[in-house]
Formats: sequence, C-alpha cells, structure tokens
Amino acid sequence: MSAANTHDSPVVAPSPKRLARERRRATLSRFGQAYARHRAGMLGLAILAVFAAGALLAPLIFPSEMLDITETVDNEAIAAPTSEFWLGTDENGRSVLAVLVWAARASLVVGISASLISMVLGTLIGIFSGHYRGLVGGLLQRLTDWFLVIPFIPLVVVLAAVLGQRGLAAIVLVLGVTSWPGTARLVRAQTLSVQARPYLERARVLGGSDWHQMSRHILPNVMPLVLANTTLTVAIVILSETTLAFLGLGDPYLDSWGSMLDKATSAGAASTGAWWYLLPPGICVILVVLAFTLIGRTLEAVLDPRLRER
Amino acid sequence: MALGAATTAEPVAARPSGGLGRFVGFRILSGLGTLVFVLLFNFFLFRMLPGDPAARYRAVKNISAQDLERIRNELNAPLLEQFWDYLRDPLALNGVSAWKGQPVWDLVGGRAWPTLVLLGSSTVIATVVGVWVGIRAGWKRGSRFDKVSTGVTLLFYATPEFWLGLLLIMLFSSGIGPFPSLFPSGGVIDSGVEPWSLDGVSSIIDHTVLPAAALSAVYLAEYSLIMRASMVDEQSQDYLTTARAKGLMDHMVRRRHAVPNASLPTITLIFLNIGFIIGGAITVETVFSYPGLGLLTFEAVTEQDFVLMQALFLVFTFAVILSNILADLLIAILDPRIRT
Repeated sequence: MSAANTHDSPVVAPSPKRLARERRRATLSRFGQAYARHRAGMLGLAILAVFAAGALLAPLIFPSEMLDITETVDNEAIAAPTSEFWLGTDENGRSVLAVLVWAARASLVVGISASLISMVLGTLIGIFSGHYRGLVGGLLQRLTDWFLVIPFIPLVVVLAAVLGQRGLAAIVLVLGVTSWPGTARLVRAQTLSVQARPYLERARVLGGSDWHQMSRHILPNVMPLVLANTTLTVAIVILSETTLAFLGLGDPYLDSWGSMLDKATSAGAASTGAWWYLLPPGICVILVVLAFTLIGRTLEAVLDPRLRER
Repeated sequence: MALGAATTAEPVAARPSGGLGRFVGFRILSGLGTLVFVLLFNFFLFRMLPGDPAARYRAVKNISAQDLERIRNELNAPLLEQFWDYLRDPLALNGVSAWKGQPVWDLVGGRAWPTLVLLGSSTVIATVVGVWVGIRAGWKRGSRFDKVSTGVTLLFYATPEFWLGLLLIMLFSSGIGPFPSLFPSGGVIDSGVEPWSLDGVSSIIDHTVLPAAALSAVYLAEYSLIMRASMVDEQSQDYLTTARAKGLMDHMVRRRHAVPNASLPTITLIFLNIGFIIGGAITVETVFSYPGLGLLTFEAVTEQDFVLMQALFLVFTFAVILSNILADLLIAILDPRIRT
C-alpha cells in the first residue's frame, strides 16, 4: 500500500495511508452496525461484560480473606442461603457467592489464554498447509487430520494426568496444544480459496515471496474467520477446563467452577439437596459458554456472507 | 484428501465404474495410516511422565518381586529399545494394571458393555429427538417453535453433561423434599440379577435412564442445530421449487425431498461425534458411578495407573477411527456426489 505513494500524482489528493485508515474505520463501523443488528450477539456481549466485571472487581467486592478457610471455620458448613450468605456456604463455611465470583477469574483466564495459543498454532499450521504444496503442506495436513481424530477430552485428561503438573499454566498449555486442529482445518480451507483469487496470482507473478504472500495477503483475509472461530474455541475450552477441574485435574489451590462442582459432589451436595452449592457454578458455566457461543456465531454470521441468511 | 494419494489415484478415478470400491479401499488405507500415527503418538505420550512409574506397582499387593524387577528393567531401557519393545506389542496385551494388579485388557473388557449400552442409547435418543426438532425448526424458520427450540438447544449446548447429571441425581434419585426417588444413582444393574433375564434388562434400563438423559441432552442440541441449518440450506434449492410446482403437499415436499438431502451432514456428524460423546461419558459415568470405560478412565487417572490409561486411550481412539471410516462409507453409499 505505502510503496505506491511515490508514483501518485502530485495533485493534493489525500495520502494513501490516510485513505486506508479511513477505509478501515468505515469498515469497522459498518461491521459494528451489522453486529449490533444481531440481538443474540448483543446478549452475548452483555453477559460477558457482567462476568468480566465480576472477575476484575472480585477483590473489591469480596476481600480475599473470605476465601481463606482458616478465617471461615466458625461458619456453618453447607448452610442454606441466609441474609448474610446469599448463596449459602460450602463445606469449609466459605460464602458460595464469594467463591463463585473469584472462580470466574480462573475460567476466563484459562479460556482466553488457551484459545490464544490454539489460535496461533491453528492459524500458522493452517496457512502453511494451505500455502505450501508438496511435502510440507501434505504433512501438515495429515498431522491436522490425525489430531482431529484423537478424541479431545480423553486426550486432555490423559495429557493432564501424564504431565502431573497441576498449575494454571499447565492447564492452559494442555488445552492450548490440543484444541488447534479445528482452527487449522478451517484456516486451510480458507487459505486454499484465497490462494485461487487473482490478487494472489498478481502478488506471485510480481515476485512476492512466500512470506509476503502469507503475511500480507492470506493472513488478513483469514483473520476475521479465525477471530470468530477463536471465540467459539473459548467456549469449548471453558467447558473442558470445567471438566478437568471436576475430575480433580485442575489447580488445587485455585477455585474454579469445575473444582467447586468437584467439591460439592464430594460433600454430597447432590444427595443432600444442597442446591445453593450445586446450581450456581453450573449456571455460571452455561452463561459464559453461551455468551462466547452467541458472540462467535454472530461474528461468523456478520463476517461470512454465506451464513448471513441463516 | 491426502495430496499424494489423490494425485496417484487420478487416472483410475476417471473410470466411472468401481468408484465406491476404490473409495472404500482408499478410506480404509488412510484409516490404517491414522492408526499407525496414533500408536506412535501413544508411545511418546506415555513416556513423558515424570517420576518413577515402577514405584506405583509396589503399592499393589499381588505383584511378585520378579515382575516388579522386569517392569523396572523395561522402563530403564534406552528409548529406542523401549520403542522396539512397544512396536512388538503396541496394544500392551500383557500389560498389568498398577492399580488392581490385573491384566489391563481384562479390566477393559469387563467394563466395555455398560459403556456400549450408555453410548448406544444416548446416541439413539439424541439423534431421533435432535433430528426431529431440527427438521421442524428449519422448515418453519422464524416460527415460535424455531425460536424457542433454538434458544433451548443453545442452552443445552453450553451445559456441562456432568452438571446436568448431578442435577438429575438431585431431582430424581436422592428423594429430597417433594421429589420421590425414581431412579437408582449408582451401578448399571442391581447386584445378583442375571443380565439376560427380564428383571436384568429392566434393571439395566432403570440404571441407564438418568445418565443417558444427561449425555443425550447435549448432543441432541448439536444435532438439532446442524439439522436445522441444513434444512434452511436445502430450502433455497431449485429442486424444492420444482417439487412444489408439481403440486406436492408441503409435508410431502419436506419428507420426500428436503429431509433426505438435509440429513446427510447430520449422519456424518453422529459418527464424527463419537469422540466427544466418549469424553462426556467419562464425567457422566463418574457422576453416576456407572461402571463403564468412562468411570474406569477416572479411576485410572486418580490411581495414576498409566498402563490402564494407555489401554483406554487406545480403545477410545480406535473407536473414533472406526466410526470416522463408517461415517465416510455411509455417506458415500447415501450420496453418490461424494465418491470422487
């Protein structure tokens, strides 16, 4: 884009850079308007905003002493909701509501950071396997196909068990390196379709290197769909994190919705009817996963014209 | 599909006859390729583990000192030698569970049928209900049924299976408050009942209703979303206009023309989803103490029994590869356009 401006006519035309910036701003606002027309997508954003605010403000609303079990031993354990504890207490006498709000942090952090790892891996592998023909592309494509076959949750469970580490970083790593194949397949398909368009032929004929073609032409074209796909990945990753924590494979020093459900089950919440301990974590998971799903589907619908009519 | 294989196959593919046979052969070959990869992957996955795996066997009572020594020697061998040993017996047919001290494949074999019962029944329920909802919602897009069902299915789609299971236990099994205890919440059959008798079958059904409901709800949602989307897709096709122009009634157009074509993606998805359903079975079986392979996986993880875990992981992966091949074959038989 900027390389062309030396050849432009000397007439006082707006500089190409400014033109590009304006065009980008116009596209963005058009995108925002198109997005805002989808009520489901706006609902998703609203739900997410509530949870993000809760996760960020957790230390202000509920001081961290409220999570310290040495401070809460005097409270009644697994007590039904009262005016003091709106959602009752857990087996250590902690306020379920306080733990619930703090747990939003673990789920959101794991969900978003693992999805970013998966996005980078999936995009790189997808673009490379679509752009390079022959051995490299074929091999990467096979690799994607093979990893797509391996059942996801068993793989994640086995990997977490084998790794033996129980930290937050380990969970992020396990979920990040296992959830890329879907993204890679999508990106590869999109790369192939971009590759067939005339402007890429032009770039090739003008002598653009592989790197130039991939980074300046293919990547910007696949990026919108990658973002939509990543939003949907966050939903899956959060569900998987809940599953891992529920199976006791999460960070034992960190409260997450999955570990709350694990502890609630061990404390017999299902058989004694301690609904205040069992319902809230599940509802939070559903709402957050729903929010990311709605946002992802709306992004897809706005960005992919083929889906617009659905 | 695979670039290399596709190019070598090109001249033969030009012949119209034998399309299906070649497709089947190619599909089985590529399935075998995946199998080889999975076996290699399995080897390295379980060699990453930290600590002394042999020490875990010491906790087991009925393991002899020689066996322990043999296992330690095997684990101390160079990686290449271990790999050679692994290649000679990739399924670990003689593998001994560190947790129970039994051959792992005996353990796996004994736990397979409850999982088959659970997965089979949930898949059938999810398919029948999901496809029905999807057809109705997609045919009358924007109707109240469509709006309500899409909302409900999106909610189910976001629900962790095991949480739904916990909820079902609380409502229908614990007998709290006004709710009677309708179903048992542990095991697959009452003890002392013969599985192949009338009592046995009804006992198995009794034990399977709740876990199957929990497991199918989530996949039902997915199938109905896909079915709805492909029904919407089909509606813009010309052949439906033709069918209507012929004067066919609306429900005939739907049943005879739209549904058969629209169900193709859903059929594939049902088979491709086996891997995810197995993942769901791990937590659901754990919640219901349903003695299948899922619960066994949970036990292997908590007991740190890697030999057992390896065997289970192989079983699950084989099941997925097999169902993927089945999905491709089925779709090739049903849809001649695919056979290229």
